[in-house]
Amino acid sequence: MMVFEKPKALTNAPLHYCPGCTHGIIHRLVAEAIDSLDIAGRTIGVASVGCSVFAYNYFNCDMVQAAHGRAPAVATGVKRADPSKIVFTYQGDGDLASIGTAETVHSAARGENITIIFVNNAIYGMTGGQMAPTSLPGQVTQTSPYGRDVNTVGYPVRICELLATLDGTGYVERVAVNNVKNVRNAKRAIEKAFRNQVEGKGFSLIEVLSTCPTNWGKTPEGALEWLDQNMIPYYPLGVYKDKFSEEAAK
Amino acid sequence: MAEKILMKGNEALAEAAIMAGCRHYFGYPITPQTEVAAYMSRRMPKIGGTFLQAESEIAAINMVIGAAAAGKRAMTSSSSPGISLKSEGISYMAGCDLPALIVNVQRGGPGLGGIQPSQSDYFQATRGGGHGDYHLLVLAPSSVQEMADLVFKGFDLAEKYRMPCMLLADGTMGQMMEPVELSERAGESAAKPWALTGTEGKRRPNIINSLALEPQELEKWNEDRFKRYDIVRENEQMSESYRMEDAEICVVAFGIAARVSQNAVDAARAKGIRAGMLRPITLWPFPEKALKAAADQCKAFVSVELNMGQMIEDVRLAIECKRPVSLCCRTGGMIPSPDEVLSVIERAAEGGK
Amino acid sequence: MSTTQVLIAGFGGQGILFAGKFLAYAGLLQGRNVSWLPSYGPEMRGGTANCSVILSDTQVGSPIVGRPDILIAMNLPSLDKYEDEAPAGASIFVDSSLVTRKVRRTDVNAYYIPATQISNEKGYQTLANMILMGHVIAKTQLIPLDMISAAMKKVVSARHADLLEKNIEAVRLGIDYQE
Repeated sequence: MMVFEKPKALTNAPLHYCPGCTHGIIHRLVAEAIDSLDIAGRTIGVASVGCSVFAYNYFNCDMVQAAHGRAPAVATGVKRADPSKIVFTYQGDGDLASIGTAETVHSAARGENITIIFVNNAIYGMTGGQMAPTSLPGQVTQTSPYGRDVNTVGYPVRICELLATLDGTGYVERVAVNNVKNVRNAKRAIEKAFRNQVEGKGFSLIEVLSTCPTNWGKTPEGALEWLDQNMIPYYPLGVYKDKFSEEAAK
Repeated sequence: MAEKILMKGNEALAEAAIMAGCRHYFGYPITPQTEVAAYMSRRMPKIGGTFLQAESEIAAINMVIGAAAAGKRAMTSSSSPGISLKSEGISYMAGCDLPALIVNVQRGGPGLGGIQPSQSDYFQATRGGGHGDYHLLVLAPSSVQEMADLVFKGFDLAEKYRMPCMLLADGTMGQMMEPVELSERAGESAAKPWALTGTEGKRRPNIINSLALEPQELEKWNEDRFKRYDIVRENEQMSESYRMEDAEICVVAFGIAARVSQNAVDAARAKGIRAGMLRPITLWPFPEKALKAAADQCKAFVSVELNMGQMIEDVRLAIECKRPVSLCCRTGGMIPSPDEVLSVIERAAEGGK
Repeated sequence: MSTTQVLIAGFGGQGILFAGKFLAYAGLLQGRNVSWLPSYGPEMRGGTANCSVILSDTQVGSPIVGRPDILIAMNLPSLDKYEDEAPAGASIFVDSSLVTRKVRRTDVNAYYIPATQISNEKGYQTLANMILMGHVIAKTQLIPLDMISAAMKKVVSARHADLLEKNIEAVRLGIDYQE
């Protein structure tokens, strides 16, 4: 008989996320990966700026809170200080794909042996629903009230595709947490991203398509549906690069 | 006693950092401090340390944050425009109470400015530079030997008070060579129970963070930090007196300006003017006590700076405007000549400003 | 109790900083206080370059040589720029193979040596700096002759042992040169 338990790598602090937000699921998946690899005692997490800023209260391991966009640089410093530690960042789309683009790209290019959890919900959640680098064409947000006009503000950034072009990138996969099947797959991918680091393989990033019912103006179910019908077609799920299994296959 | 060797200031400070136990250097190229990075890139791989050329000054300072958070002696170096970019990270470091060494080999500004020596980042360094209520320890070397000595001191003070420390040098200090004597000293002085070393399942998680959305909480953090700053102000002021015994005119200058002023003081003495110099070694905490004492003795002050007049404000504050303070300054990468300083001393001695 | 301020000036690539370093080490080996300050920046790559060296029996104040007791001009722009800065009684050394005019001042000691030409004749190409330095030593006794070899060993890395002898020989040529 399997008894449902809270992962040990989560603290007892109540999550502050809005009802229906999928951050909670993603936190849980990260914690499950840490538990399953039994690495909580040597894991150091890097929280970023955005809705997940309080991640340092939720993960039951040493944590540092980084400036907006800088989590991969901070993680680099931690990892270089002690390579025996398992270092991960937990970042949103504004943090990772806009203000922190340089840190993201260059930590990948260096093949930094860290794990990045990239939560893409196509909007700035914490500041109240502004257009994100990953907001979809036509998407209405507080700062794109007539819909994202690609002629004036350009196109969304597809991080997995972009990073897959870099030789330094080890493993990038895009997953979603909008249904049970996708959540199970996300769990596998996140655990693999941590295992890669434990095995000293190099840079792994998992992009998790996530919901923001509050700022999308939808019910929790409506948000899951919107993700399925709008985000996944623009951001197809799948493995974009897995250098380690490519190497293993050779 | 180690043999005296000729070294550039930039290289002396880099070697001193290694001797002080620093094994983590993160930087980005910028003139006139690039020798620091070049030196570290040669040495660090041979001693099991980390030299990493970051993608930007911003990334470099955040890497320092990571390594410092992990409990290591870490440093970065840059020059003025690069320090502006690092200022965000420095503010976070202050807010997180992280010790580290930041070297600013100043050049002329604002903007891209020039590459010649300057002291125009005095305000930025002594007021904090980034956003929020905070201070840095600011040390101002005026010789190559001090470039090295103050690195040891800087790491020790940073760890003792859990504050970032800035070594505020300038292009001259970085580029000049002088005899220097370097000897290994114990590093990793202070215990770091706050460091992120992994819980190993034996303690509660350590959290390094500068966010407090509750204003009462943030106020408390800031007040506690300023209590620590008060202790620093009380205990760590450093300055050096030169021919001050019977001085009537007190020149105040740091770094290269102090070296130039030393010649001017000698020249003034040769002309029968009782001039002396007080050289701040710590710019924050500013050596208020020494200046206050000088105000009882001297009838006028001369602030000599490579900027449009920044430290002069602290001189006036320290002596509570009891005496006139004249300014002798050049900016943009220009350095005042001893004659220029002498003429301001002479005017001050005559009672003019 | 004496202080000597030396300014070596010329084009980037003439070995100005190296000559200065040699001088500074010679001073250091005598137990004197010394400083060495280069001009830095783009001029290192072909423009004008100069190097301030101070040897002193007392603590060195400003490392910037504004009024050189000894000026070594390795090109015309340097002589034009610094000739008037030298105090009365100063010594001005000119590489006469590159500088076509004479020193105009009459209150200084002027010395001319075709250092570049001598260097080329000896097949040394780039040792005009050290030939000039030898001449400076001969005329000013700035550093004792027995200090030359030891100082050179400090500035020529062990990897370039062949250069050590050539540099010492160049200094020797400068010392022996008769105008």
